[in-house]
Amino acid sequence: MKHASGPALEQAPPIFVPLRFFLSSPIFGLMAAIVLIADGPDALLRRWVPVTLALTHLMTLGFITMAMMGAMLQMMPVIAGSPTWRPRLVSSVVHSLLCLGVIMLASGFWFDRSGLMWFALPMLAMALIIFLTTITRSLVCSQVHSPAVTGMRMAVVSLAITLAFGLRIGAEHIWQFQTHVAHLWTNIHLAWALIGWVGLLVISAAYEVVPMFQLTPSYPAWIQRWLSKLIITVLILWTGAYLLVMPGWLFTLLGLCIAAALICFAVTTLYLQSHRRRRRPDVTMGFWRIGMLSLLTSVFLWIGGQFLPTLAAWPHYDLLLGAIYIAGFIVSVINGMLYKIVPFLVWFHLQSLHIGQTGLPTVKEIIPDHRKRRQMLFHLSALLVLVAAIIWPEWFAYAAGVLFAVSFSLLAFNLFAASRTYLQTKARLEDPTA
Amino acid sequence: MENISTVLTREHRSCDNLIAAAEEAVEKHQWDEADSLFSDFVASMEHHLGKEEEVLFPALEQKMGAGMGPVQVMLKEHEDMRRLFGEIREDIAQQQAEHCLGLSDALLMLMQQHNLKEESILYPMADQILAGEKDEVMAQFIARSGES
Repeated sequence: MKHASGPALEQAPPIFVPLRFFLSSPIFGLMAAIVLIADGPDALLRRWVPVTLALTHLMTLGFITMAMMGAMLQMMPVIAGSPTWRPRLVSSVVHSLLCLGVIMLASGFWFDRSGLMWFALPMLAMALIIFLTTITRSLVCSQVHSPAVTGMRMAVVSLAITLAFGLRIGAEHIWQFQTHVAHLWTNIHLAWALIGWVGLLVISAAYEVVPMFQLTPSYPAWIQRWLSKLIITVLILWTGAYLLVMPGWLFTLLGLCIAAALICFAVTTLYLQSHRRRRRPDVTMGFWRIGMLSLLTSVFLWIGGQFLPTLAAWPHYDLLLGAIYIAGFIVSVINGMLYKIVPFLVWFHLQSLHIGQTGLPTVKEIIPDHRKRRQMLFHLSALLVLVAAIIWPEWFAYAAGVLFAVSFSLLAFNLFAASRTYLQTKARLEDPTA
Repeated sequence: MENISTVLTREHRSCDNLIAAAEEAVEKHQWDEADSLFSDFVASMEHHLGKEEEVLFPALEQKMGAGMGPVQVMLKEHEDMRRLFGEIREDIAQQQAEHCLGLSDALLMLMQQHNLKEESILYPMADQILAGEKDEVMAQFIARSGES
C-alpha cells in the first residue's frame, strides 16, 4: 500500500455519513433522560440495578459511542490521511445496527427481558465488529505516525476488549447463570470502555483539536508521546492483576498511575486553553472546561476513596464517580465538539457543492451562538442537579431527569436545524426558481 | 539545519497569529485595524501559498509525476481559502462583524485541517522525496522571501 498511489488527502466523506451518527446521539441522550424521569429515584440507588444499566448504556453506547463513530469516520482522512472503506454503506449498516442494538439492550435491561438480549447482543456485536474492521483497515493503511493516530489505534483495541467482556457478561444475562466473577468481568469491561475506548480517544483527539480550534500552543511532546502508552500499559497490567487476584496495594498503585495520567491531561488542557492565541469567547471551549473540571473531580474523588475507607464505603460513591466521569467529562466534551463539527460540515458541503455562490449561511448562522450557550447552561445545571440527585435521589432525581431532557432536546433541535438549513439551502441553490 | 517542513510549519503558526489578531479587531469593531491586520494576514498567506505552489509542488510533481493526487487536493483547498479571503475582506469593508466572524470561523477550520494534512503527510513526504534537492528548494524559498 505504501507509496503505491501516495497518501490520500481527499476531503471528507459525504455529509450524511457522519451526520446520521451526530443526529442520533442526542436522541439517545433524551431516551436516557426519559428513563430517569420514568423511574425517578430508583434509577440512582445502586450501580447494579437493571434500570441504572439501561441508563448507562443509553449514554455510553447511544450518545457517546454513536458520536465518536461519526467523528472517527469523518476525521480519518484528515488525522490519519486514510479514508475509510465504502463510507456510505458501512455507515448506514453500522448506524442501523447500533441504533436497534442499543434500544433492545436498554429495553432488555429496563424491562428485565433476557429475550431482548438475544437480539441486542448480536446486533451490537455486528455493529462494532464492522466498525472496528473498517477503522482498523484505515489505520493500518495510514502512513501518519502522529501521537493522535497511535492513540486512536489504542482506543480501537480498547473498544474490541470492551466488546469481548461485554458479550461475556451478556451471556450470563441471557442464560441466567451467575459466576462468582461476574462483578470482576463488569469492572474490567467498564475500565476498558471508559478509560481505554472513550478516554484514550478523547485524549488523542485533543492533541489535534484543542490547538486547532482555539489556537492554543501544542501539547508538550512528552505528553503526546507517553501519556496514551502509559495508560494502555497500566490498563493491561491492571487487568492482569485483577484476574490473577493480586494484592490490593498493587491494584491501588496501578490505579494511581492512571489517575496521575488523567490529571496530567486535564491540567495541561486547561493550561493550554488559558494560553490560547484566539481570545474570542467560544461555547465549545466552555464545554471543554466543564469536561476537564469534571474529569479532575472524578479522579480526585477516586483517589479520595483509595485512602478514606469511609468514602469508598459510602453507598453513593461508585455511582457518583461514574456519573461525573460520563455525564460531566465525556458528554460535555462531545457536546462541545458537535457544535464545532456539525455547522462546519454543513457550511463546507454547501460551499463545495456550489462554488462561487454567495449568500451561503455562515457557521454562526447555521447554529447561532446564543442557542449553543443556552443549551450549555441547561447541560451544566443538569450536571449539578444530577450530582445532588445521586446523593439525595428522593429530592432531585426527577429534576435531574427533566433538566437532561431539556438539554438533550435543545441539542437535538440545534443539530436538526443545522441539517435542515443544509437541505433547504441545497434545494434553493439547485433550483433557484423554486 | 532547517528542513522544508520546519520552515513551512513555522509559517502556518505565524499566519494563525495574524488571523487571530484580525478577528479580535473585528470583534471590537476596530475596522481600520481589522483591515490592516487582515491585509497582513493575506499577504503572509499568499507568500506561504506561493512557496508551495511555485516551488514545492512543482518539485514534488517533477519527482512523482504531474497531476499527483495530494498536490491537486492541496491546490483545491488553497482556492477554497482564497475565496474566503475575498468574502471576509468585503465584510470588513462593509463593517459586517457577525457575518465576518462566521466566515473567519470557517476559514480557520479549513486552514487548520489543511495545515494538519500538510504537516503530518505532505511535508514529511517532501522532506523524504526531495532530500537530494533540499538545498535548491531552500534557496528558492529564501529568494522568494527576499522579493516580498
